[in-house]
Amino acid sequence: MHIRSSIPADLRSSDITPEPLYLSRREWLAAAGLTVGAIAGASALLPRRAGAQQAQGTPYGLQPDDKPTPWDDVTGYNNFYEFGTDKADPAVEAKNFKPRPWTVKVDGLVKKPGDYALDDFLKAGRIEDRIYRHRCVEAWSMVIPWRGIMLADVLKRAEPTPGAKYVEFTTLYDPARMPGQRSPVLRWPYTEGLRLDEAMHPLTMLATGVYGRDLPNQNGAPLRLVVPWKYGFKGIKSIVHIRLTDRQPETAWNLSAPNEYGFFSNVNPTVDHPRWSQAKERRIGEFLRRPTLMFNGYADQVASLYSGMDLRRNY
Amino acid sequence: MPSWFVRVREWKRPRWWTWAVWIAVLVPAPTVLAGLLSDFLLGTRWLGSNPVKEGELILGQLTIKYLVATLAVTPVRRIFGWNWVQKDRRTFGLTAFFVGLAHFLWYVMLDIQFDGAELSKDLTKRTYIIVGFIALLIMVPLAVTSTRAMIARLKKRWTTLHNWVYAVPVLGVTHWWMSVKADIGEPILYSLVFAGLLGWRIWHARRETSRHATAPSK
Repeated sequence: MHIRSSIPADLRSSDITPEPLYLSRREWLAAAGLTVGAIAGASALLPRRAGAQQAQGTPYGLQPDDKPTPWDDVTGYNNFYEFGTDKADPAVEAKNFKPRPWTVKVDGLVKKPGDYALDDFLKAGRIEDRIYRHRCVEAWSMVIPWRGIMLADVLKRAEPTPGAKYVEFTTLYDPARMPGQRSPVLRWPYTEGLRLDEAMHPLTMLATGVYGRDLPNQNGAPLRLVVPWKYGFKGIKSIVHIRLTDRQPETAWNLSAPNEYGFFSNVNPTVDHPRWSQAKERRIGEFLRRPTLMFNGYADQVASLYSGMDLRRNY
Repeated sequence: MPSWFVRVREWKRPRWWTWAVWIAVLVPAPTVLAGLLSDFLLGTRWLGSNPVKEGELILGQLTIKYLVATLAVTPVRRIFGWNWVQKDRRTFGLTAFFVGLAHFLWYVMLDIQFDGAELSKDLTKRTYIIVGFIALLIMVPLAVTSTRAMIARLKKRWTTLHNWVYAVPVLGVTHWWMSVKADIGEPILYSLVFAGLLGWRIWHARRETSRHATAPSK
């Protein structure tokens, strides 16, 4: 599934009005002759929605009524504890963060480890724009036009050895530049992980931008992970280290509250967070809540990764 | 006693004080509701990107703050000798109840939007919601018996009943503490404030009893 940019590279967020963007994308996909089948998991729960999806043939799990969330919300309301625990903090506290020069280390169980300057690192793949649904574990959601490369391309370049089973990601650790790291709200540096097949999945992105612009600091500049079928906290920000390993990596939120945040953290409306229901979500900008979709609407593309697994135990 | 402190103790209730209390009590919660309406109807961003959640949080935190005010009245009165603050205690206490009730109704009507299944699960299985709900329930009889007629009618039993007010901030802060993901800074701060306000009462009561015990009997 190689879907390339439908947003001109010089387009700025101010030029993008959500509806035309969304429509142009749909027309383009229709032209490309893409079809998306019914979402198995969701259709059982939400026959009406799944039916609509089948008829429209929308890409990347987007529903017909999904519209990109405004720039101000995407860049002004997010968790990035390295810059404060309030969701409005990162936009203020990360203002002076310098995301360049930036080096990314790729090592572990690979034939070709290396330290890359960011621009060289990104040569592994091709920059493209993709609109993804984003579901936070706190039961709010957005629709975000990301820009970036496929993680798979980075991993292929490094050539994982047969023993590699997992990928571990690490955020920059620099309390002088990331003031939130001075207080022990989480174990620093933030770490995250994916199973290798999840990491190689064509939906999994390393984002360098949003709305056609470079990633704002508060959104994880200059490089962050985007895994649209998982809860947002899996999308580790400001990545400096990618390590292939044979053991399931320790992840920051799982260490903080293991009974609340599992390693997989796939979006699943049938498995509640211990303190709140995950059946519905509040789309930022909307008043009425929406039903949450299995794998955040990406069941068609990713459900097979977990066939035979007990998703209640592997939350 | 330093002379400035003597002067402070002699303060009478300033004229602006009553106004200040009414503003502190009547303005914040309706402002939150106005902010929500403005954000959804006029497209403003007073409550940020997620106005329903933000408003719910602000109302909960306001409840805690009115509880601080309520419990601060007696220590302030004793320490500064300002007997005139006493009549504000009921005002603050009733406001804590009504804003706490607004917080709960906001959660039912705007947050979970009358989802009965979710409400019943929250109220039976989710400890932090149960704890917060109990705090609200305790405030109901206290609010109902806050009138002068009830004080006169219940006499000594009124004091016994209203000692339950001390459980409310303990449960309220516990509710807040349990609801946050990892950032427990503010719940810790308010725990210390309430520990101070309740600790002062214990200290004061001990001092009073020992004073009576050592008073010469005739």
